[in-house]
Amino acid sequence: MLKKTVLNAAHRVLNARMVDFGGWDMPVNYGSQIEEHHAVRNDSGMFDVSHMCPVDVVGADCRPFLSRLLANDVAKLTVSGKALYSAMLNEAGGVIDDLIIYFLTDTRFRIVVNAGTADKDLAWMQAKAAEWKMDVTLTQRRDGDNALGIIAVQGPNARAKVWSVLPQAKAATEGLKAFFAAEVEQYFIASTGYTGEDGYEIMLPAGEAENLWNRLKDAGVAPCGLGARDTLRLEAGMNLYGQDMDETVSPLDAGLAWTVAMKDERDFVGRAALAANGQQKQFLGLILLDKGVLRGHQKVVTAQGDGEITSGSFSPTLQQSIALARLPMGVAIGDEVQVDIRGKLLKAKVTKPVFARNGKAVI
Amino acid sequence: MSNVPANLKYAASHEWMLLNADGTVTVGITDHAQEALGDLVFVELPEAGAHYDAEKEIAVVESVKAAADVYAPIAGTVTEVNQAAADAPESVNADAYTAWLFKMTPDNVADLDKMLDAAAYQAVADAA
Repeated sequence: MLKKTVLNAAHRVLNARMVDFGGWDMPVNYGSQIEEHHAVRNDSGMFDVSHMCPVDVVGADCRPFLSRLLANDVAKLTVSGKALYSAMLNEAGGVIDDLIIYFLTDTRFRIVVNAGTADKDLAWMQAKAAEWKMDVTLTQRRDGDNALGIIAVQGPNARAKVWSVLPQAKAATEGLKAFFAAEVEQYFIASTGYTGEDGYEIMLPAGEAENLWNRLKDAGVAPCGLGARDTLRLEAGMNLYGQDMDETVSPLDAGLAWTVAMKDERDFVGRAALAANGQQKQFLGLILLDKGVLRGHQKVVTAQGDGEITSGSFSPTLQQSIALARLPMGVAIGDEVQVDIRGKLLKAKVTKPVFARNGKAVI
Repeated sequence: MSNVPANLKYAASHEWMLLNADGTVTVGITDHAQEALGDLVFVELPEAGAHYDAEKEIAVVESVKAAADVYAPIAGTVTEVNQAAADAPESVNADAYTAWLFKMTPDNVADLDKMLDAAAYQAVADAA
């Protein structure tokens, strides 16, 4: 039995193509996935991401707990509302999940974790809190009486469209720089996203999500499925858990070194393993020069040895196939490599792992 | 609900076939198949002159989401490919029955009689 978000009926009204997405019955597209992609790059689109799981962390030991739990350093969070992207590692330095953490007060933080890993994440966090004897309470906010719905509204016109529907939120959110959140009435509005565009991710009581969805739609925000979400995040060079990294992959080999705070002596889970193993692979981009489509798990042949594509698709912005890949050390941006597609070796160029943001190609 | 023209024959692997007056068979993918795949961005066609057994991989269609093999619905030799479909994969989304992929001369034209008619294929598509 597939799990449903609170917006499931709304997707069906819009004739969405529904798919089993990690046990959730989710919309992959409502019509043309490519048009949905362009709507976000050029105007505004919205995604139901209510399958993702908010976890509230409350208690006197929030900071010491999170400091030890996460590879990024919550000490960077000094202003209320600031958000931080981090990996949560196991002792071997593998990625249990990637997440966003919002600082509200020193005794109240909110974490949002991936849908498919939520149960495992929560169990891990509970076990660590008990093991370290931390005064924190962890409460999931996806299911049950206090469940939240999450709607991501993304694109250059996303903020204006949100204010047209929620005028009371404008004063508190118009000054938000990227990666902040503000609480307005029952709304938790964050300037975060997974598309490379400006916009908000709005959490609200689950029972009110369908009404907000419909009002945003009436305001001209295009409903977008998880298909467009994937090509948007791929163009933006954002990692997808389970594809670009997992429990067997070091964040240093997944392009996430920038999120691992190793500068001071802070003790965090996985640190010793990262220090011992160092970086083994490079996480880079590929653009296919021949005709075809790059896909995950295809082999990349380079002068320094073989690598592997972790995510690949067709880029609607570049009108070419692009990929994220784990490649041997020594491969350089600009190198020409070959990708094995159904037994044929096709030419590709190595790029930095970001292709398009803010409506434009950056390659 | 997808479009299943009554004048065509079908394979359960979602190809359509039209028997031409010259004895060749035109082959494409069905409306149901293009809709399930979503926006197509790449089509790889066979070489004219090549022979394929029935149910062998003969072409590839790729959407933003996924790659799908196209199978030779019956045994035969490719006589012509539709380069326009490869040059504009979105034309298959626009009309899967106009944007054919290839033509073949069947080894045995009677093989067509064993393929699904529109009603039988509709049942396959509805169950998918």
